Amino acid sequence: MLSVIRTIWNVFLHSFHRRVTIQYPDEKPYLTPRTRGRIVLSRDPDGGERCVACYLCAAVCPVDCIALQATEDENGRRYPEFFRINFSRCIFCGLCEDACPTYAIQLTPDFEMSEYNRQNLVYEKEDLLIDGPGKYPGYNFWRVSGVQIEGKDKGEAENEAPPTDVYRLMP
Amino acid sequence: MTTPHPIASIVGVLIVALSLSAFLIWVERRLLALWQDRYGPNRVGPFGLLQVLADMIKIFTKEDWIPPFADKPVFVIAPAIIMVTVLMSFAVIPVAPGIVVSDLNIGLLFFLGMSSLGVYSIVLAGWASGNKYSLLGGLRAAAQMISYEVFMGLSLMGVVLLSGTFNLAGIVEAQRGLWYVIPQFLGFVLFLIAGVAEARRLPFDLPEAEAELVAGFHSEYSGMKFGMFFVGEYLGITLISSMIAVLFLGGWMGPWLPPVVWFLIKVFAFLCFFILLRASLPRLRFDQLMSLGWKVMFPLALANLLVTGAVVLVKK
Repeated sequence: MLSVIRTIWNVFLHSFHRRVTIQYPDEKPYLTPRTRGRIVLSRDPDGGERCVACYLCAAVCPVDCIALQATEDENGRRYPEFFRINFSRCIFCGLCEDACPTYAIQLTPDFEMSEYNRQNLVYEKEDLLIDGPGKYPGYNFWRVSGVQIEGKDKGEAENEAPPTDVYRLMP
Repeated sequence: MTTPHPIASIVGVLIVALSLSAFLIWVERRLLALWQDRYGPNRVGPFGLLQVLADMIKIFTKEDWIPPFADKPVFVIAPAIIMVTVLMSFAVIPVAPGIVVSDLNIGLLFFLGMSSLGVYSIVLAGWASGNKYSLLGGLRAAAQMISYEVFMGLSLMGVVLLSGTFNLAGIVEAQRGLWYVIPQFLGFVLFLIAGVAEARRLPFDLPEAEAELVAGFHSEYSGMKFGMFFVGEYLGITLISSMIAVLFLGGWMGPWLPPVVWFLIKVFAFLCFFILLRASLPRLRFDQLMSLGWKVMFPLALANLLVTGAVVLVKK
């Protein structure tokens, strides 16, 4: 009997508690910088596309929502000819971001992507590409990789020694 | 004080009772939300007040479906019975001096009789639905009502002994010195519990018991027929709250404010208490309900009656 009265009293005390509801459209919730939301493709600090079209994101994607086609420009840089993410399938798991060797694909703290037409949820490369480098401001894949492209020969990348001449015996 | 025309009283009581019970839907949702640290409906209109209107429009545009396996005439008439009986009971409630639809000298008995008739609605609805869960709900309602009716009536007899009248206005007048909640505290508690059971509210909402019986007696109801059960339930709560205010808390008595305001304040406080009960207590098991009614409440009501009778006799 006493416990019943205590229960009623304790519930009544909730009148003076703070309400936990966040009234969403009026009041936006705080999203941490690492929130896994809308996917973007970032660029190098010098403005080039980071994506090297390695297909790792498409391979790791558990719901197969990423489609792309690799190609190469005249400088020898690989890039995706098209890059398509179907957000009606995407589960925002972030595995593509983990798999990406060049920090090109990144998940952003934005989830407000509602559409009336399902087809509008298929984002093409121009919808995905952003102007900046995203979460990794200083990183430039082509400047630190050993891959040879136009204007950068082997051994000329940052922190890279010139290649060893395998036909010489000198140390 | 001049007595208003009876038709005016009837219309006034009907409008106030019906709009209050519609408004209660919103109050209940907001209060339950408050006690669960949520907001509840707060989008439609100021503070969500127009939510009731939106619900009404929705429920009127719903398909009013009668299942082919139902007993059609009984199925249709059942929701009307609860509305009629509850609204009839409002006729004897004195809102303020002179403001009462029918100043019956057996008002209390009339109220008890009407609330007993209300159970037919539930039982018939459960029976006519042709659905085993509805039938179970109806059976539970019958058993619960009969067992709680008994000590509900007995718990009020203390008040009748003290005031010496069955007339509700007379009972209120008799409380001019001291509200009956103090000399009749046990009776007050018993009547409160019986009232919750009578209004089929949690923790005694076994006829509905949405967790076990889908929705009990009104599983098969839709559209405005369901709405009538719904409004009937809220009217029932309002009625029980009014009766508590009249019988134990001195009805319209109170300083400074006008009598009607005092009456409404008391009623509203009990309405909130009913909702608080729903927010805090779990539903009883059926056998617990029956044993509570017959083994605890019934003897207590008898003892209360006995002691009150003895005291009244000694004072004479």
